[in-house]
Amino acid sequence: MRTKLTIAVTGLNNTDNPGPGIPVIRGIRESKDFDVRIIGLAYENLEPGIYMDDMVDKTYQIPYPTAGTDEILQRIEYIQAKENIDVLIPNFDAELFSFMKVQDRLLEMGIHTFLPETEQFEERHKRVLPQFGEKYGIQVPRSINITTINDIYQIKYQFKYPVLVKGQFYDAYIAYSEEQVQTHFSKISAKWGFPIIIQEFVQGTEVNVVALGDGEGNTIGAVPMRKQYITDKGKAWGGITIQDKKMMDITHQLISKTKWKGGMELEMIKTKDEEYYLIEINPRIPAWVYLAVGAGQNIPEALVKLALGEKVKPMTEYKPGTMFIRYSFDLIGNIQQFEQISMTGELDKKEINNIHNINQ
Amino acid sequence: MKIKENIAVSGSGFLFDSGTGDSYNLNELGQVIIKLLQENKTEEEIQSIILQDYQVEPEVLSNAYYDFIGMLRQHNLLANEN
Repeated sequence: MRTKLTIAVTGLNNTDNPGPGIPVIRGIRESKDFDVRIIGLAYENLEPGIYMDDMVDKTYQIPYPTAGTDEILQRIEYIQAKENIDVLIPNFDAELFSFMKVQDRLLEMGIHTFLPETEQFEERHKRVLPQFGEKYGIQVPRSINITTINDIYQIKYQFKYPVLVKGQFYDAYIAYSEEQVQTHFSKISAKWGFPIIIQEFVQGTEVNVVALGDGEGNTIGAVPMRKQYITDKGKAWGGITIQDKKMMDITHQLISKTKWKGGMELEMIKTKDEEYYLIEINPRIPAWVYLAVGAGQNIPEALVKLALGEKVKPMTEYKPGTMFIRYSFDLIGNIQQFEQISMTGELDKKEINNIHNINQ
Repeated sequence: MKIKENIAVSGSGFLFDSGTGDSYNLNELGQVIIKLLQENKTEEEIQSIILQDYQVEPEVLSNAYYDFIGMLRQHNLLANEN
C-alpha cells in the first residue's frame, strides 16, 4: 500500500537555467511507495512548473528569502492550514539558509525537512573552500577572496593567468588578464556582492556527483556524471553517468567525515593525470538529479523517506552510460491562469483544467 | 599493451569509455585491433593476424598500427603502461 503524502517543492523554474524542482517531483512521483500530492512553492509567476498540471497539483507564491523568515513562516502557516504538508524540499541555494533557520518551527507545524546543519552549510562556501579542503583532506584549487578593485593587481604575484573569477553564490568566468578580472569583478559584485573569489584555473574535465547523506556519515546514494552538452550559462543540457571509483571514494569520504545531511552536488575537475580537485559543493539536489533516477537511484524518494525519519538502505548500484538530454517545450496556457497566480498567489491544477474547459 | 578495463565496444564499432563518458566510432580495422588487444595479443601477433586477413603491405600496416595506438594513447584509452 502506498503512503499518502503531501510534499511541497520549490525551484519550479524549469528554464535554460533550471531549478531542481521539476526533476525532484518526477523522482517522487515515480516512487512505488508514495501516493503524492505536490504543492509547488514559487517566487515568480512565470516559473514553468506552476503550469505543469501533470507535475504540480497546486502552486502557492511565497515571499523571497530577503523578506525575512517571519514573512516566510507566515505564508507557510497559511499554506499548511489548507494543505497539511508532510515534507518540504527547498531547492535553491539562496533560500536554504532561511529554511534551515525555521526548520524547527516547520516541524512544530508537522512539516518535515532534511537539510544540512548550519556548520556543514557554512564551511563549504566557496569563499572558505581552501579551509574546507584542508580540514577534510580533499584537494581543492588555491583561491583568495578579494573585495576591492585594488586587490586585482596582487593576483599576478599569487597565480598564473588564466584564473577563475567567481561570485560567492553564482557565476564564474575565466579571466586571462587583469583587465578581464576587472570586468568580471564589476559584473559579479553588482549582482552577488562581496567577496569575489579568485581561484586557480585547473585544466581538466569537469565531473559532478549527486549524492545524499543521512547525517550519520552514510552515503545513501551517489551517482557521478560528466556534462556532454553545456549551455552558455554553463548548465548541463546533456550528460552521461560514468564509472569512476576514485570520485566515488572522495564522495563517500567527504560524506563520512562531514556527516553530511541532505542532498548535495560535488563539482570536481579531473586532470589528465587523474587527480581530482573539488571546485564546489552545492548544498542541495542539482537540477540533473533525474539522471540518477534513470540510472537506478531515486535520490528524491530517499530524501523524502529520510525526512520522515525512516531508515534508508544505501543505494550502491547505478547504470554507467545512462544519458540525459534536455529539451524545450512550449506549454500553452491562457491569461486566466496567469491572472489567478498573479492576483491570488495560488493556482490549482483543477482551476487550470476548468479554465481550459471554459475556453474550449 | 592493454586496453583500459572499463571500455566497451559494440558490434557496430561504437566504443564507450564508461570511466570518462567519452565515445568514439571505430572503423573495421580499429575494431579488429581493439578486439585483439582485449584478448591480450602482442603487437607482433596482432600485425601477423591482420596480414593474414587483409591485403596490405607490412610497412603500411605497421605505420597505420602505430598511428592508431598513438590515438588510443592520446585519448587515454590504454591501461597504465608503467
